[in-house]
Amino acid sequence: MKRSMFNILSVLILLGVVLSACAPAAEPTEAPPVAPAPTEAPADQPTTAPTEPAMVEETITIGFTSSLTGAQEVASKRQVNGFNLWMNQVNEAGGINLSDGTIVKFAAQTYDDESAKERVQELYTRLITEDNADFLISPYSSGLTAAASIIAEQNAKVMITIGAAEDDAYKTGNTSLFQLYTPGSLYLISTADMLKTLDPTATIAIVHENDKFSTSVVDGLRPYLQSQGFEIVLDEGYASDTTDFGPVINKIVDSGATVLMGGGHYPDGSTFARQLYERKTGLKMISLLVAPADSKFPELGDAALGVSTSSQWELAATHTEEEAAALGKEWFGPSGTEFADAYKAAYTDGPTYHAAGGYAGGLILQKAIMDADSVDPEKVKAALNAMDIVTFFGGTDFDTSAEAHGLQLTHVMVVAQWQKNDAGELVRKVIWPADVANAEPLYPIPAP
Amino acid sequence: MQQFTLLLASLPDGILLGFVYGLAAMGLTLIWGVMNVINLSHGPIIALGMFGTFFLFTRTGLNPYVGLIPIAIIGLLLGILIYVVAVHRVINAPHLSSLLATFSVNMIIIGLGTAALTTSPYNVDFAAGSIKLGPITLLGTRMIAALVTMLFTGGLFLFLYRSRPGRYIRAVANNRAAAELMGVPSTRILALSFGLGTMLAAVSGGLIATFFPFSILAGGSYELKSFVIGVLGGLGNPIGALFGGLILGIIESSSQAFLESSWVPVIEFGLFVIILLVRPSGLFGAKK
Repeated sequence: MKRSMFNILSVLILLGVVLSACAPAAEPTEAPPVAPAPTEAPADQPTTAPTEPAMVEETITIGFTSSLTGAQEVASKRQVNGFNLWMNQVNEAGGINLSDGTIVKFAAQTYDDESAKERVQELYTRLITEDNADFLISPYSSGLTAAASIIAEQNAKVMITIGAAEDDAYKTGNTSLFQLYTPGSLYLISTADMLKTLDPTATIAIVHENDKFSTSVVDGLRPYLQSQGFEIVLDEGYASDTTDFGPVINKIVDSGATVLMGGGHYPDGSTFARQLYERKTGLKMISLLVAPADSKFPELGDAALGVSTSSQWELAATHTEEEAAALGKEWFGPSGTEFADAYKAAYTDGPTYHAAGGYAGGLILQKAIMDADSVDPEKVKAALNAMDIVTFFGGTDFDTSAEAHGLQLTHVMVVAQWQKNDAGELVRKVIWPADVANAEPLYPIPAP
Repeated sequence: MQQFTLLLASLPDGILLGFVYGLAAMGLTLIWGVMNVINLSHGPIIALGMFGTFFLFTRTGLNPYVGLIPIAIIGLLLGILIYVVAVHRVINAPHLSSLLATFSVNMIIIGLGTAALTTSPYNVDFAAGSIKLGPITLLGTRMIAALVTMLFTGGLFLFLYRSRPGRYIRAVANNRAAAELMGVPSTRILALSFGLGTMLAAVSGGLIATFFPFSILAGGSYELKSFVIGVLGGLGNPIGALFGGLILGIIESSSQAFLESSWVPVIEFGLFVIILLVRPSGLFGAKK
């Protein structure tokens, strides 16, 4: 027995040594390869006359994690696609030329955070201390960004947060965070304004995912609805991993609500929408966070019809240079159409707001480096603090107060809804604000 | 009154869902009852059943319920394979060995599944209508799932009590050594039992896929429920597991009429602990 145990152990040890020798070295996740992007560069690239002193190329490392697996996978991948498109375009256009002769190009260092906060913290620490990332981009989602922001702030690394709307992360006395998205507390305000014009007597059920982002949205929505005279007849949270919405749907029906506002992220939001349809709730409006903004949502079929969402960006309502001029603000970057065409050429799918946010995050960093005429983090930080521009994604102006540094001040949401076009296909239409809408709101939504 | 209406609306959902919980738990408890092995690969096998339904439905257009037949056969064969490769050699070893063996299988399936399928949610977009009776909505998919569960339960009962292999299984479960002395091929019977357990798990996964989204990680929560149900119904008692599933389904749905869904795991595992303390043999008695 002892000899056979010894033999087994010897074989196992030998196997372990052989496998270790054969296994590839642990590699960080490569930024996914992108189809060659069109050669069109973002606007306002400074060029340098060939007679200038010899240029020195400097590669700036942008560190971030992406959720290649886990609950945030769908939206995170789109955000990363958008960011990679920006990075490839800038590099292919020759980078950013600084006045001291430096040509700035970018490289991404990224890892799979598996949609887990614990992984985010360890990976952002690694990005800073081992990979020497010069600047950081946040992971997708408020929960993961809250974890990453602690590390960024501890190390005084500039982090542009994309896909992270929850307000509280910016109220911790930070100086290094810069939020691209409209804050969570303002997410459904536009929807409430729209509802006021459609049906001021609507009774509201608020049913939301119990996570940082969705809770911050609802915390901002609740008092606003009440101030507008709406009655909230149900107000409930659900666990993030909920798959059976039957009991809460029974509560919605029982409450007599005519409108539902809430949801969370893609997995729960899409399931919620499907089960609302199956149970024939008779709701006049269903407004869910995040999920209906994704291009996968029509896979629900008729369950998607009429579902609306607050969107950070829609191509149909993209922001324009004319809008910037009317506001007296500087315009920067490509048009929405140029971005969308480039994205579609690279990734086949049309861009969602997650992808647009990813691209815009890179654009903002680019603008900050150009304004600072430097890649020095403190100068870039100062440029970000001073920024007040309009891109195709919308307004970008950061709160610089000590209490809420980095909170986004000028970016606004639109309301989009899935409707059927003349061919009977589900398409996402912008229904609010009225001046950018390309369709009337479907209210009440068709009964199943 | 409002709470009563809510309760009335939630109970049928809980009962119908409880059937499927019970089917999943039957698989786990059958394996425990026959060979004293806790199958920690139970969850991923449920998930594989979900994916089986998904691929058969989306790639071949096969009706998800007809697709349960090949899923059941594959689940059976997979279980036999797992037994032969991972469990047989440690069947007589201390429990920790078989626990680790099945845990390893669990990790292998999850790893391969994540690599091949990612953890994006998948959906079987199959509707079977619904019946509305006042505040009660009975979904077609759940009613059919309950019916299928009853068919499988009946089939299992007939198999165990009316067939020779079934008698052999009961004999081995009772006393393996004595069964071997009577000429029962215990190794083959153990493999068959393990296969039956995984077959039930895979079929339950196939049914769950018709009403909830899933990923390769989705089986974990049903595995945990199966443990609770196994203890509730009596470890090693498949019929007890079915009733345990119904009880758990009712508790889950009715508690959510009064509390937020976040409380459900607290109640489930609180019940788990209480049963272990007060009646460890379960409500319907464990395998003797």
